[in-house]
Amino acid sequence: MALSPEEVNHVAMLARLALSEDEKTAFAEQLSLILDYVERLNELDTGEVEPLIHILPVFNVLRPDEALPGSSQEEILSNAPLVEDGQYKVPRII
Amino acid sequence: MSKEFETVIGLEVHAELKTESKIFCSCSTAFGAEPNSQVCPFCAGFPGALPVLNEKVLELAIRTGIALNCEIPEYCKFDRKNYFYPDLPAAYQISQFDQPVCKNGYLEIDLDGEIKRIRINRAHMEEDAGKLVHQGDITTTPFSLVDLNRCGIGLLEIVSEPDMRSAREARAYLEKLRSILLFAGVSDCKMQEGSLRCDANISVRPAGQEELGTRTEIKNLNSFRSLERAIEYEARRHVEAIEDGEELLQETRTWDEEKQLTRSMRSKEEADDYRYFPDPDLPPLRISRERIEEIRRQMPELPDAAQERLVETYGLPHYDAAILTTTPDYLEFFDRVIKIYPDAKVVSNWMMSELNKYLNQSNLEISDCLLKPEKLAEMLQLIDDGTISGKMAKTVFAEMFNSGKSAPEVVKEKGMVQISDEKALSAIIESIVNGNPKVVEDYRNGKEKAFGFFVGQVMKATRGQANPAVVNKLLKEKLK
Ligand SMILES: [Zn+2]
Repeated sequence: MALSPEEVNHVAMLARLALSEDEKTAFAEQLSLILDYVERLNELDTGEVEPLIHILPVFNVLRPDEALPGSSQEEILSNAPLVEDGQYKVPRII
Repeated sequence: MSKEFETVIGLEVHAELKTESKIFCSCSTAFGAEPNSQVCPFCAGFPGALPVLNEKVLELAIRTGIALNCEIPEYCKFDRKNYFYPDLPAAYQISQFDQPVCKNGYLEIDLDGEIKRIRINRAHMEEDAGKLVHQGDITTTPFSLVDLNRCGIGLLEIVSEPDMRSAREARAYLEKLRSILLFAGVSDCKMQEGSLRCDANISVRPAGQEELGTRTEIKNLNSFRSLERAIEYEARRHVEAIEDGEELLQETRTWDEEKQLTRSMRSKEEADDYRYFPDPDLPPLRISRERIEEIRRQMPELPDAAQERLVETYGLPHYDAAILTTTPDYLEFFDRVIKIYPDAKVVSNWMMSELNKYLNQSNLEISDCLLKPEKLAEMLQLIDDGTISGKMAKTVFAEMFNSGKSAPEVVKEKGMVQISDEKALSAIIESIVNGNPKVVEDYRNGKEKAFGFFVGQVMKATRGQANPAVVNKLLKEKLK
């Protein structure tokens, strides 16, 4: 299943990746191979099989509604490249 | 709005759930804390941190489902909705896609006595995003600041069917939904603080046409008023475009409160682009029928039931009952007054007129108001026993509202006691009547107006404190 250049552009846009023309060609090829590999699953007849939503037979894992201290402002911001007034500073969106 | 077009409206409402901690981590949900002070590795989106569902969130979701007459399936699960935005540190929002906790419900709105049922498509649990603050002018600043305190607070998104046909119906739906959520104790529903947010989907079509027109979604509606205005504006814009033969785009628009118009935002990513998939970190939920019944038994009184109670028990008009059941605090105020002062219609009148007027003027919630229900009851008793007149009571009420003092205190301070003593009033009437023989003559010759002159003179002489009923009675006897 060959991926079209438009599809590669679209996926790159959703992932916010700026790809060069060479990369686009290379990824189109690689992504197509991955899709083909996964596509093989469709050869199986799964008509009688219940859809699997979760790999473990576990349900209803819940915790009580109790507020506990989290990290400090300093800790939580310590990995941020830019900080101002106790907040993450990011490029303007819109 | 042209007559030959019909507006079709559906609302998506986000209600912040009233919990102590966030939906998937134990960080506090308290409003107004220092930025990024209620955050942990999970809600800041650090790799490897795992979510665990808050049991209260599930309970409140089920409670909402019961209050909105929804089906609550035995099975539901969480999915990831993937998109990039700086207020969403994990780059995905945990939400519910194809198996929400509640579906196929409805609520009823009252349009001048006509009941209309608005269907609810679904309600699902999800996490809130953080808060983006733009520095300075949004169009020129190169930076935004991000506060993650709100990120991860539990939300319920409630999606209606496109069953509303006017701005007024949409407002009535949102008001009713807010009342229900407040009575069910699910959310604070403070539109100003953002704990109740509303997006509107709007399209117009020629009257009688089955097929829906092109739909736009309007965001940033943070009051009932802006909801109404935005719908009216947007419907007009659609009709004009159709009449001018212009193409309408399916897009997301934002309401500009200052300019009173809608503006186009970036075109929305298609549903497919969110690449929803089941969240592998969260096991699915099985909700037993017993658990639902247990929650149903603990449900507080809801607005419709409360309205019926007011009509049945006190014989109040539906109109009054609807207003008194707008919020649980408002109803509680009424219920507390009525325990002491049992004339429901009188209480309702005072609450709908004076109390509402002062609450609106001062922008206060009834729960923050200094005037307590017991004090209003006491004031009403003072009117009944003739200590003050209805007119004086309005002045007393204003003072009680502002200072929280009791009616007897205000009456005493202002020397406002009504004079009902017949002897005292007779003496005053006597002197006024004797001092105006000509007017007495006129009255006896059939000039009715002259009677009003005497009432006015008595009121003037007593600085408005004479009991009008007693004055009328005594004057009539005297002038016979
Ligand atoms: Zn957290």
